[in-house]
Parts: sequence; C-alpha cells; structure tokens
Amino acid sequence: MSKTKLIAATLVGSLLAAGAALAEDKKTIVVSIPAADHGWTAGVVYHANAAAKEVNAAFPNINVVVKTSPSAAAQVSALEDLSAKRKMDALVILPYSSEELTGPVKSIKEAGTFITVVDRGLNDSAIQDLYLAGDNIAVGKTTAKFLVDKLGGKGKVVVLRGIPTVIDDERIQGFKDGLAGSDIKILDIQYANWNRDDAFKLMQDYLAKYPQIDAVWANDDDMLLGVLEAVKQAKRTDIKFALGGNGMKQIIEKVMANDPMTPIETPYPPSMIKTAIYMTAAALNGQAPIRGTVKLGAPLITQANAKDYFFPNSPF
Amino acid sequence: MADIAATTARARRKQGTKLNWTELGPFLALAVLLVVGFLVNPDFLSVNNITNVVTRSAFVIVIGVGATFVISSGGLDLSVGSMAAFVTGVMILFMNTVVHDIGSNAIAAGMVLALVVGAFCGLGNGLIVTVGGIEPFIATLGTMGIFRALITYLSNGGTIPIDHSLRDVYRPVYFGAVLGVPIPVIVSLVVAAAASVLLYRTKYGRSCAAVGANEEVARYSGIPVIKTRVIAYVIQGLCVAVAAICYVPRLGAATPTTGLLWELQVITAVVIGGTPLRGGKGHIWGTVAGAVILELIANLMVLSDFVSEYLVAAVQGVIIIIAMLIQRFSK
Repeated sequence: MSKTKLIAATLVGSLLAAGAALAEDKKTIVVSIPAADHGWTAGVVYHANAAAKEVNAAFPNINVVVKTSPSAAAQVSALEDLSAKRKMDALVILPYSSEELTGPVKSIKEAGTFITVVDRGLNDSAIQDLYLAGDNIAVGKTTAKFLVDKLGGKGKVVVLRGIPTVIDDERIQGFKDGLAGSDIKILDIQYANWNRDDAFKLMQDYLAKYPQIDAVWANDDDMLLGVLEAVKQAKRTDIKFALGGNGMKQIIEKVMANDPMTPIETPYPPSMIKTAIYMTAAALNGQAPIRGTVKLGAPLITQANAKDYFFPNSPF
Repeated sequence: MADIAATTARARRKQGTKLNWTELGPFLALAVLLVVGFLVNPDFLSVNNITNVVTRSAFVIVIGVGATFVISSGGLDLSVGSMAAFVTGVMILFMNTVVHDIGSNAIAAGMVLALVVGAFCGLGNGLIVTVGGIEPFIATLGTMGIFRALITYLSNGGTIPIDHSLRDVYRPVYFGAVLGVPIPVIVSLVVAAAASVLLYRTKYGRSCAAVGANEEVARYSGIPVIKTRVIAYVIQGLCVAVAAICYVPRLGAATPTTGLLWELQVITAVVIGGTPLRGGKGHIWGTVAGAVILELIANLMVLSDFVSEYLVAAVQGVIIIIAMLIQRFSK
C-alpha cells in the first residue's frame, strides 16, 4: 500500500513540476481593477481588456489576465485567490482604496512580484515598482488658464465639485491656483457628487441665484452633461463657456465639432491603465527599465488634437 | 344595526377631523419653509425657481405616491431607485431599437413597455415579500442590488443615451408646459389625485390600510391579505415607471448612477407627509408636500450664502427634523 502511494506521489509530483516548468515559459501579468460602476471605471475596464488583447497578441511569452472587483473587500479576496492559484510575475493594480489594499499588495510584493500601481496610490510607496497616475491638479489648472485667457482675465464663474476626496480637492486646488492673479471671481462652489442629475439641479439653482455667469466649470464630464441641459433650458446667453474634465467621448465629440460653449477638454484618461499594462509588459519582455513614477500631463484638448483622445467604442 | 351604523359614522367624522390636522402638518411645514426661504433670498420665490423645484420634485412625488400604498399596507420598498434606473435603461434601449421601424411612435411604445416592466418588477417584489414570506426590508434590498447590477450590465458601466432623432421629440415631456404648468407637475397631480381616490374612496384602499394596521385582524375579517399587499407593490412599480417616463426626456440617458438614493428620499417624503413607517394609514397629499419640502430644502441650501458647502447635508438633516417637530406639535 505504501508503495502504490509512493508511486502516485512521485507521479503527481513530477506532473506538478512539469506544469510549473511550462508556466515558467509564459510570464503572467495580473491586472486588478474596480468593476465598471460609473463612466470612468467603465472606461478603465474597456481599456484594460483592450490592452490585454493587444499585449497577448504581440508578445506570445506574456499572458495578461484582467480581473475586476466590485468593492475593496472583493479586490482583496481576488488578489488572495489569484496569488494562490498561479505564479504572478507582475501585478498591475488600480486600488479601490489605499488603506485596505496596502497590506495584501505588500504580501504579493514579498513573494517576488513586480508591482505597478495606477491612479490611486498605496499608503506605503515603497511597495510599488512603478507608479503611474494622471495629474488632477493640472486638470483644474489647465482649465482655469484657458478661462483666464479667453475671458480676458476677468469674469464670474461657478464651479461644481464631485465627492469629498483627494481627487476632487486637488482639482479644485489646481483651478483656484490657475485663477490666482486674475480678476476672475468664483461665485459659488458646491458638491454635485459627480452625478448628472445632481449637477442638473445645482446648475438650475446657480442660474436662479446669479443673474450674470460668464463660465461654468464642472470638474467631471458626467456633471457637465447635466449642466449643459440646465443652461439649454434656461436659454441664458450670458454663459460663454461650460467646461468639464476627464475626456468622456460625448464631450470630446463636442470639442471635435468646435462647440462654442465647450471648445476644450482636459484629460484624466481611464486609458492610463493601458499605459501601465504596456510598460509592465515592456519590463517583462525586453527588460526595459520602468521603475519609478510616471505622471501623465493634462494637456489642453482642442479641435486640433481631439481625435487622439477619442475612443468611439469605449463606454466612456 | 342602526346603532352600529351611527357609531361608524361618528367614528368616521371624528377620524375626519383628526385626519385634517395630520394632513395640515406637512403643509404648515411647507409654508414655514417658503417664508424662511423668501427671507433668506427673495429670488427663492421667483416663478422660475419655484417652477424648477416643483418640476424636479415630480420623480419623488410620483414614486412616493406608490410608496404610500406600500408603506400604509405595512410593507417597504428599498428597490425603487434602482428599479427606476432599470426601467429607464430598458425603455431607452427598446426605443432606440424600434425607432428605425416606427419613428416617433417609439416613444409611445416605450412608455407602454416601461409601465409593463415596472408592473412586473413590482409584482416580483410583492410575491417575494408575501408568498416568499421574506421581510420587505431584506427582500427589496436584494432586488435593489439586482436592478442596480442589471442597469450597470446593460450600460457596460457607461451611459445609455436616447437616439438623437427621439431626443427633441421627447424633450417637451419634461421641459414643456400646458398653460404655464410644467408637464411633470401635471403628471404628479394626476397620479396623486387618482391615488387619493383609490386609497380613500375604494374598498381596496380600506383593505390596504386594514392590512397595514393589523394583518391578523384583516385576515379574520376576510380581506385577501396577500393579494392586497401584492397589488400595493404593483402600484409602486407602475409609479416608478411613470417617474421613469418623465425622467428620460430630462437628460436623455440612463447611467448606473441614475436614481441613486432615491429610495431614501422617497421614504423620507412619505414620512414627512404624515404616513407612519409602521403602516396602517397613508397620506397621499402629505407625501406630495413632503417631496416638495425635500427639494426646497436642497434648493435653499444653494440659494443661501451662509452654509459652507461642507455642512450642507448636516443643515438639511436639521431642517428635516425641525419640519417633523413642527408637525408633531401642531397636532
């Protein structure tokens, strides 16, 4: 009995070893991102899947696996499952929240995995090999500079902000910095929760409260769509510009059409996940050095370059 | 026999006068709010502002009318916000599909479909609660997640926009007006009037309150308890569909954040309106006032300058509690 068991064990053992050897030929990049629960994350999912397909086709020795999670807790469990199941050569993660994901990502790092963190940083920056994010301060600043320029340095603007978070604070900070030194006055700033309906109502209220508004800035394109509807309803002619941010395709379309009210856009593109996956693949495939921090700029999108930022098939 | 009839009549009269006071409460709170609002910013009472606020209250009013039936029959429905998003999404997808064949008739067809989908969603909730015997809180928390996930799935997490050719034809249903009264306001008034006839003047309305007051007694009195409660959920579903029909032309799209937290606004409006959460009675016009009060408070927060943007939610909470206290002590 002990003999048969021994043979079986040896067999299983060698099979396992062979399996491991096979897997070693192919390097695995696991991409862990939030599930699509609003426009921006839907864009992240779209671009992550697109990048996975492209990288898998381009590099036969690399296998990109995309896993979406609907909450921070689910993302932690997903990481545990994934690291138990397979050897992970690299992890590209857009963490749901910094606090909850720091510990689990750290233990994956300790097992020897290359860690790429996207957008939202972890609490301990020593964990990441590569950190890639957009520039929220620049999103506000680029928009403000455009307004200062076009309004001739003076005017009255109203602002719609999102949900109290670092992202929102940075955008508002950048906007205020950009206006500094000009005579543009911010009449009002209120939260509209990055929600189209809330933005519609808030804009109606702004219009009732202020007889003269030169420009509106909603720090996200979803809100801008609500703002535009309220302005259209009120038939007000004083509003020269209504601007957003992020790079939603409906707004990019307006920029491409040179819309008089929304002629520009500032990107905080969900496609940054794609940049991160490609860079990570470059490190695994060609040993390209990528350790460090990458901050994508928020250049002004105008009619001239809008098509570079337009993804007709993306949900965002 | 005559004795009993006389007693019932007397009881009804007595209840009638009491009813008046409870029903006056929310309107008193509304009046106080209007005066305070005017003092804070005279623009508050401008025709334009009041029209905007009452028009946007329409969704919570219409859904709240349905919730008044569910709550007075002793139930609760947490799924209304997600259901509204789901119905909106299905309706837009359907209209976009058939518009190439039937043109603008797609809108009418879409409205009919919305009502059917809403009724079935309500029926589902009702059957799970009654036949399934699951607590309404848990059952509708479950369907709330289901509807929300379905709209997210249908939209890939993004936006479901209405076809361009329908956008302008459908737009007046939210932005249009008849004799200066916005269409959503007319819809709200018609729905509330029909509902108050149903709740106060029909056998079904009385069964509804009886079931909510005491299910056992109602059963022994020969009232079909399950049927009564299921119908209340179906009415709720239909109301959600009517709200969705008015909602689509506003922004012309459904997203995973459509109708987020509406269930809380609806329940708050019903309770501010004088309908007790434990059931047993319902105040349709109170719910209408409650919904308008909620939107007015939010509006007032923006129009006034003395509340920091960080404290808006806290001040709103305080005002709601004060409004409830005014009601309670005015009785």
